[in-house]
Amino acid sequence: MSIDLKTIKHISKLSRISVDEKKAEKLAGDLNSIFDFIEKLNELKTDNVEPLTSVAETTLKLRSDEVKSKNLRDQVIKNSPKENEDYFVVPKVIE
Amino acid sequence: MSDITKQSLSELVENIKSKKLSSSEVTKAFVERSEKSKELNVYITEDYANALDKAKRFDEKPNLDLKLPGIPMAVKDLFCTRDLRTTAGSKILNNFVPTYESTVTQNIWNEGAILMGKLNCDEFAMGSSNETSFFGNVQNPIDKNLVPGGSSGGSSSAVAAQLTPITIGTDTGGSIRQPASFTGTVGLKPTYGSCSRYGIVAFASSLDQAGPMAQNVKDCALLQDVISTYDEKDSTSIDFKRNEYGKELTKDIKGKKIGIPKEYRVDGMPKEIEDLWKKGIEYAKDCGAEIIDISLPHTNYALPTYYIVAPAEASSNLARYDGVKYGFRAEGENLIDMYEKTRSEGFGAEVQRRIMIGTYVLSSGYYDAYYLKAQKVRKLIKNDFDDAYKKVDAILTPSTPSSAFKIGEKTNDPVSMYLNDIFTVPVNLAGLPGISIPAGHDAKGYPLGLQIIGKAFDEQNILNIAYAMEEKINFQNNITDWWIK
Repeated sequence: MSIDLKTIKHISKLSRISVDEKKAEKLAGDLNSIFDFIEKLNELKTDNVEPLTSVAETTLKLRSDEVKSKNLRDQVIKNSPKENEDYFVVPKVIE
Repeated sequence: MSDITKQSLSELVENIKSKKLSSSEVTKAFVERSEKSKELNVYITEDYANALDKAKRFDEKPNLDLKLPGIPMAVKDLFCTRDLRTTAGSKILNNFVPTYESTVTQNIWNEGAILMGKLNCDEFAMGSSNETSFFGNVQNPIDKNLVPGGSSGGSSSAVAAQLTPITIGTDTGGSIRQPASFTGTVGLKPTYGSCSRYGIVAFASSLDQAGPMAQNVKDCALLQDVISTYDEKDSTSIDFKRNEYGKELTKDIKGKKIGIPKEYRVDGMPKEIEDLWKKGIEYAKDCGAEIIDISLPHTNYALPTYYIVAPAEASSNLARYDGVKYGFRAEGENLIDMYEKTRSEGFGAEVQRRIMIGTYVLSSGYYDAYYLKAQKVRKLIKNDFDDAYKKVDAILTPSTPSSAFKIGEKTNDPVSMYLNDIFTVPVNLAGLPGISIPAGHDAKGYPLGLQIIGKAFDEQNILNIAYAMEEKINFQNNITDWWIK
């Protein structure tokens, strides 16, 4: 199996991480060696195996739907890289 | 009392309770030693002035019934601490100040401990050497230019160098046990669901667990007592009857059945590790345990499984870092461009690599071939342990396939770095508890650890085995304070 530059660029789009040519080549090399290593799983037949999604064998507990935390709006907004009064600010989306 | 920082947690607690020492004296001693130890680069954020202030207030009105009365403690910078910057070792969280406290740290402060600062770690806990941290690598106090292990490398280094009496780390694939092994300290990864994940910066949610890192097994048990609680804020926290791990600790392990898995004799394993393991078996026998050969046939598939499951979960957890609500933002021409530049400049190379792997294995057309396949193999790995535990009470293995390596030695080859976790990763995949205890030295004088793996929720049993073996091993850490001028 081989991950080519086109695939790297596709994954980088999906990941929302910009990559230039040089970085794409480095990533292709790294990912190919990692996937060579991962391919080992194909030695195993797993047709009748149930996938394990969680090791915690519990059912989710229900709880009453009540607000417990205080209003932290100002502190939460303060962590934002760019804010305007009560809003997060992002580059213009609609022309 | 001069050598305050040389005392174990249990000694410090005893001395504060009997008023031989005050919290201020203890806190001052650890702060002073930390200040002289900047070269180790264990701290990302220091909070010494507040710590000394809190210690003073504790002494004015001491509550000596608490389990950690006035004990200063630095914690891994993956735990959110209210009003104190929490970075996860990443540029993208460089300025993040949480408005909430992680449950595990809250439990610790509730018992009287005092926060001294936040400890360095691999970025988002992704690494085995602490070299992926945005805040630079950490020195292992054992030797200059030696990695302290990872991802809890600041934590292991700080405990070994006696800059904090005890600490907490997190372990997704070995991040507590491997650094403990590399620094001659003790590290426990509890059963999945034992310690709340609330307020811990998420890496791979089905694997992440917090746990204690300490100078010795007793201290580890005392802290586990404090941090393991059921928490409704974590939907995978498990409501089971917890032991009083410290109080119930015993060296009587007579008749305990300890399994030795033949698959852990991996190709190319140094003879030193094999010898250490054999010695460990003898120690366990000396303690009255019965040794039984077992098989965990899917061991070799654990790392490939992990490198699908963990990046897949990470790619989804790390989607939240978008430069909008908190953290670093790079300017872009439009919204998408801003996202892409923020994440490209804000995340380091290893984190980007893992996000890309995770995105790929979850992407359309590949999900079944990779992610679903890995979940099925994960089931087989868990079945191996379930079968083994029909015959034995615990399993003994080496903690790592080598001793600590040099800074820079493995940074160019991700797969060789990943192989470090070969003995620890299966334990996370199966959700089991595992503890690493120092058990000897290699030819270079670097520490080596042994791992004891338990049944789910059986922390007390592996702590007891570790406690009994610790006495027989009688390990001495060779730390010369070379970094103190």
